[in-house]
Amino acid sequence: MQANWEIIGREGFKFYGKMSASISHEIKNILAIINENAGLLSDFTMMAERGVPIEPERLNIIAAKIGEQVKRADLIVRNMNQFAHSVDEQVKTVPLDDLIAVVIKLSLRFAANRGVHLEHQPADSPVSITTSPFLLKNLAWLCLDQAMDAVGEKKIVSIVAKDEQNGVMIKFKHSGTIQEKSTPLFPGEQENALVTLLRAEMEINNEAGELTLHLPASLDK
Amino acid sequence: MAEKILLVDDEKDFVDTLAERMRTRGMNVTTSTSAKDVLENIDVESFDAIVLDLQMPDMDGIEALRLIRAKNPNLQVILLTGHATVEKGVEAMKLGALDLLEKPTDIETLTEKIKKASAKKMMLVQEETAGKIKDIIGGKGW
Repeated sequence: MQANWEIIGREGFKFYGKMSASISHEIKNILAIINENAGLLSDFTMMAERGVPIEPERLNIIAAKIGEQVKRADLIVRNMNQFAHSVDEQVKTVPLDDLIAVVIKLSLRFAANRGVHLEHQPADSPVSITTSPFLLKNLAWLCLDQAMDAVGEKKIVSIVAKDEQNGVMIKFKHSGTIQEKSTPLFPGEQENALVTLLRAEMEINNEAGELTLHLPASLDK
Repeated sequence: MAEKILLVDDEKDFVDTLAERMRTRGMNVTTSTSAKDVLENIDVESFDAIVLDLQMPDMDGIEALRLIRAKNPNLQVILLTGHATVEKGVEAMKLGALDLLEKPTDIETLTEKIKKASAKKMMLVQEETAGKIKDIIGGKGW
C-alpha cells in the first residue's frame, strides 16, 4: 500500500501540474484577446485625436468581446477552483456527474488538440460517491486520455456514470481499440495504484469500444 | 511597400483584432485559424512573414514550422505562444524560426519583429536571385 501512495505522490503532482499548465495556457489566450481589444481602443483614441471620428457601434462590439472573454475566464477559474479544492478532504461524498463534468472541462483543450469531441451523458437519476475526489479525478483523466488515444473514426468519447449493483460505474465509450502493448503500458503502474487505492476495477472491452471503471459507492465502508 | 503577413491562430477573436491593428499600421494581413490551411496558403501566395501560434488543435506549431520551412526555407516565421518553455524556444530556433513571442504580446514589439523578418526575407531572395544570375552567366560560353 505504501508503494501505491509513493506512486500517487509522484504521479499526482504530474497530473496537477499538467492540468494547471493547460488552465494557465487558456487564461493566457484570453488575456491576449483582451490585450488586443484594449490596444484597438487605444488605436481608436489616437485616431480620434487626429480627427478620425469613432463609431460608437465599434466601441460596443469591443466592449462585448471583452465581456465575453471575461465570462470565459470566469468559467475557467471557477473550474480551476473546484479542481484545487478536490484535495481538501481525503474522502468526501460528491455527485459523480459533477466530478466527471470537472474532468471533462479540464480535458477540453487536450481533446481539441486531438480533434476529439467529448460528450457527457448525465445519469437518469443523481449518483453520489463517497471517495477521494482528487484520486478519482486523476484516474478518470487517465482513462479519458487513453480513450481519446484509442478513439474510433467518429472521434467522439462519451462518458456515462451510473449506479450498479455493488456500487457505481463510469463508462468511457470510445468506439476504438486499446492496444494491449500500448506505450506507455495501459493500465500501467499509475493506473494500477489508483485502482487499488480507490478499490476500483477497470474493465477494457475492445469489442464494444468501451473502458469502464467499477467503483464502490463508498470508500468508508 | 506594405509587409505581407499571414497571421495564424485558432482564436478567431484574437486573429481578427490583431489583424485590424496590424492593418492600421500599414501591413497587408491575411488571416487563418488553421495551421493546415497555412500549408495550402503558402503554395499560392507569397508572404514576407508568418505569425504562427505554437499550439493549435489541428497541428502543433513546431510541426507546422517544420513543414513551412521544408516548403520554403526563405519564409520567415514568428511564433506566438501562451507559455514559452526554454525547450520549445530552442527547438523553434533550431528549426529556423525568426523569433518566439509570448502572449499577450506588445504590438510595437511584434511590428519590429515583422520588419526584421521582412528585411531578412528580402535579403535571402536577393541572394538567391544573385546566385541564379551567377549560375546563368557562368553556364554561358561568352
